[in-house]
Amino acid sequence: MHIPDGFIDLPTSAGYGVVAAAGLAVCVRKTADQLDEKQVPLAGLVAAFIFAVQMLNFPVAAGTSGHLLGGVLAAVLVGPYLGALCISVVLLVQSLLFADGGLSALGLNITNMALVTAFGGYATFWLLRKVLPRTRPSVVAAAGVAALLAVVLAALSFTVQYALGGTGGASATTVGRAMVGVHVLIGIGEAVITALAVSAVLASRPDLVHGARDLQPELELRPAGTPAAVS
Amino acid sequence: MAARVGRRQVGFAAFLVAGLAVAFALAFFVSPEASSKPDGLDKVAIDQGFDRTETDHRLDGSPTAGYALRGVGDDRLATGLAGVVGVAVTFLLAGGLTLVVRRRAARREIAGA
Repeated sequence: MHIPDGFIDLPTSAGYGVVAAAGLAVCVRKTADQLDEKQVPLAGLVAAFIFAVQMLNFPVAAGTSGHLLGGVLAAVLVGPYLGALCISVVLLVQSLLFADGGLSALGLNITNMALVTAFGGYATFWLLRKVLPRTRPSVVAAAGVAALLAVVLAALSFTVQYALGGTGGASATTVGRAMVGVHVLIGIGEAVITALAVSAVLASRPDLVHGARDLQPELELRPAGTPAAVS
Repeated sequence: MAARVGRRQVGFAAFLVAGLAVAFALAFFVSPEASSKPDGLDKVAIDQGFDRTETDHRLDGSPTAGYALRGVGDDRLATGLAGVVGVAVTFLLAGGLTLVVRRRAARREIAGA
């Protein structure tokens, strides 16, 4: 879903550059308050793993492929703020080193694939956790469903960008319908990969799963999003 | 839950090493097998005719542009090696930035206390 240069006009791209920069600044501030020493290498691992899996395009319907976006996976593992930063690093590396995703489109891409997926997806994950039983399988299921929805949200976010500054002359409604249609299919792949990865970490190091902290009896219990009292 | 009490946890270092090994293996061995069909957005752009508006990426000449390490004759190897470079750079950059954020926050805390 990497937008190349040219799809969206420069004023819209620049506007989204500001949106993305502001979003990332909030993420840095929020992350700084709650980082423990393990999260430094863990953030590196999450970003590196998502970079690798993003290379693995899987076939979906009719001559089309899709790949993991990873926003929900990152958010469930390290929290939405650090998770969005991890995905942004992936997008930066892809654009600068691999010419994947336009330089002028960096703000558009960070908005869709880092901010919308991490926060939209994590909000969905959090709501599902509230209604589902407090078990590990619920964490896996909530992550999978949230991952699917996050891909559709990212497709909708692109549609908004296209409506604001699309250069090709196609109708935004048609583009939106086509984007959502194909990204529901890609979202199924996203759901499967996210669920597998979250269950693998839950099986080996459940304490490292941010979205399952409440299942750790030996840890302090506190509502999601509030900083630790002592660190 | 009771059944899990006696289970030994994987050490943190072992977890990191295993996770990175999986990432490198996926990038090197599996990425050359990935589908090269257009992704969802590219397909929509082609179908709706706005793929023509794409302009050249200014870093098209980079040594790893297009996920192929330049100078490597074998396509699959070139992709695999580009993947390894990407995993390593992404790990160092994400870890490095997180470290900087953590150090700055720690300094602020000391200064404020």
